[in-house]
Amino acid sequence: METTVHHGAMFDTDELVLNMGPQHPSTHGVLRVVLRLDGEKVVDCDVVIGYLHRGIEKLSENRNWTQIVLLTDRMDYVAAATSNVGYCETVEKLLQLEVPRRARYVRTILMELQRIASHCLWVGTHAMDIGAMTVFLYAFRERELILDLFEEFCGARLTYNSMRIGGLPQDIPPGWAKKVLEFCDIMSQKIDEYEELLTHNRIWVERTKGIGVISASDAIALGLCGPPLRGSGVARDVRKDEPYAAYDEMEFDVPVGTAGDTYDRYLVRMEEFRQSLRIVRQATEGIPEGPIVGKVPRLIKPAAGETYHAIESPKGELGYFIVSDGKSTNPYRFRVRPPSFCNLQGLRRLVKGHLVADVVALIGSIDVVLGEVDR
Amino acid sequence: MIDQLLIPLLKIVIVLNATLVGVTYMVLLERKVIAWAQSRLGPMRVGPYGVLQPIADAIKLMIKEDITPVRADRWVFTAAPIISMVPALIVYAVIPFGPTIHLFGRPVSLYITDINVGLLYIVSVASVGVYGIILAGYASNSKYPLLASLRASAQLISYEVAVTLTLVSVILMAGSLSMVEIVNAQYNQHAWFVFLQPVAFVIVLIGGLAETNRAPFDLPEAEQELTGGFHTEYSGMRFALFFLAEYANMIVVSSVVVTLFFGGWLPPLPNTAWAHFLYYVPSWAWFLIKSFCFLYLFIWIRATLPRYRYDQLMNIGWKVLIPLAIANLVVTGIVKVLVM
Repeated sequence: METTVHHGAMFDTDELVLNMGPQHPSTHGVLRVVLRLDGEKVVDCDVVIGYLHRGIEKLSENRNWTQIVLLTDRMDYVAAATSNVGYCETVEKLLQLEVPRRARYVRTILMELQRIASHCLWVGTHAMDIGAMTVFLYAFRERELILDLFEEFCGARLTYNSMRIGGLPQDIPPGWAKKVLEFCDIMSQKIDEYEELLTHNRIWVERTKGIGVISASDAIALGLCGPPLRGSGVARDVRKDEPYAAYDEMEFDVPVGTAGDTYDRYLVRMEEFRQSLRIVRQATEGIPEGPIVGKVPRLIKPAAGETYHAIESPKGELGYFIVSDGKSTNPYRFRVRPPSFCNLQGLRRLVKGHLVADVVALIGSIDVVLGEVDR
Repeated sequence: MIDQLLIPLLKIVIVLNATLVGVTYMVLLERKVIAWAQSRLGPMRVGPYGVLQPIADAIKLMIKEDITPVRADRWVFTAAPIISMVPALIVYAVIPFGPTIHLFGRPVSLYITDINVGLLYIVSVASVGVYGIILAGYASNSKYPLLASLRASAQLISYEVAVTLTLVSVILMAGSLSMVEIVNAQYNQHAWFVFLQPVAFVIVLIGGLAETNRAPFDLPEAEQELTGGFHTEYSGMRFALFFLAEYANMIVVSSVVVTLFFGGWLPPLPNTAWAHFLYYVPSWAWFLIKSFCFLYLFIWIRATLPRYRYDQLMNIGWKVLIPLAIANLVVTGIVKVLVM
């Protein structure tokens, strides 16, 4: 980045370098964005990450296979169950292990509930960044209901450790399925409530339409995934394209946007709320009887080899690349493809030419979790 | 002696204290109303239902460390909160809370003073207040406050023009700049000016929101963008002064709107024979009820709406409100001439 200084002019103008974060209310954690401003217009920006780096990948290479589930919780901490499932499925793929149908159904329910919880947090903070603070508290009110469901299932509310390789740690508690269905009924009304406050709100539309437009080809070139990619009109959803868990038995649509702006990304996620509810309803009503854990060997020690497995986390394509050397009880190499990290690549491109106020809207729009970006 | 010194002094003391108490409780009201809107309870710990919360807040703010950044411009930094607060308070001098009443056999007017350029006084004093924000941003010598003060000056220029132009059409209706005369004019014309000047009312309301930096125009203090904006570097009582000034200004704006468009202390259907029973409610009560409705509206708006962007706000000001204000003024003038 270069600074342009016009010497000799009567009124020298210079770019203002504004450091946004890592301690800033709207950078969603510890993201640091160094902005170069011309007035309030963003000329360029540098995204600085690494403030939440805990070396999870390296740590994992020194833990045995079952212990790693715990570490995956700490990556995308607003959607811990999704990270858990992603990791367990990767190891199962490496072990060529069959997971019972009941376990796959419960995993689907948990992951979709998690998606709703994660999107609740997103809609709340995104709206708050744009100044609509009431939506934040409404969304957190409903997220609380999901956390209660999770608490009942596995005892934890944020970092669940809710999966085991080969299946579930325990069966769903009695009456849980009924509560999930009750939640679905409540939630479908509440989504309308959020939409009432935002979707047709003139200020909201003006603040988000045409902001951070990214075309489908650019989005693919930047490696965007998840809602930011679908907002640009690319119908890429791992759940549909490479089904895992019980998604091949579920009926749902993949919402896509047309304009690729902040408003479309917003609409895509709002529709994903509804589709997730649809999946949760189907899975909960069709939950089969049977065992919850497959035939897991006493000592997990996959044969030498490597595998990549991706799932659709609320943020996008969450992939695990794991190498086993076949000799030790821990992975030889453990690598995560975090969707937030890939989506964050697009931020610089998105904010150029917009105003400071749009920067916070755009950070919210790509929905990053820094725990996952830095790992 | 009593009429010239004691009574005005007493009125000043009462109005000043009532305002300060009103402002602190305005903060509580805002917190409560927003909490209810957001399915929360709001302050509940200090006193029953949190009614003593403003006192706790005040104590906390007073005993907090008063920080002046090393690189700040000390004098301007100190002066800025005062420049913000003082105009917000002295505007109350011309706001009529009621007509002249008889108290202990002595005529007492329910306003501190009635000057013949009352409205002009309010407009000019209120615009001084924004210097507090601009100077605070400049003196802090910090980037976020600087951006905020730029926003504040842009906002001031965009909205002051529209609001002042609109006020002229109200003045045309009343034929006077005196606040008391404006209320009397509404009495004589048998109608609140909101029915005769609806466009003017909308412009003044929007402009009032913008001038008091309230949502959806709270750009200079946008917490999510500018981390508090102009008061980022302020702490303790100096911060509190900015905070109180904002709420005092809110009360001013609602009082002005009530006086100009909702008949001030007059009940609905002023000067109408069959609606005379409405006069049993004291005049100052009408004034307070109507002002309260507007304050509630301000809070309600804050709980509901997102925030406009800086350039959009300028667009509304220059491209919508100012042409509308001019058109309104011209139409008012023509109609006035034709009627006369």
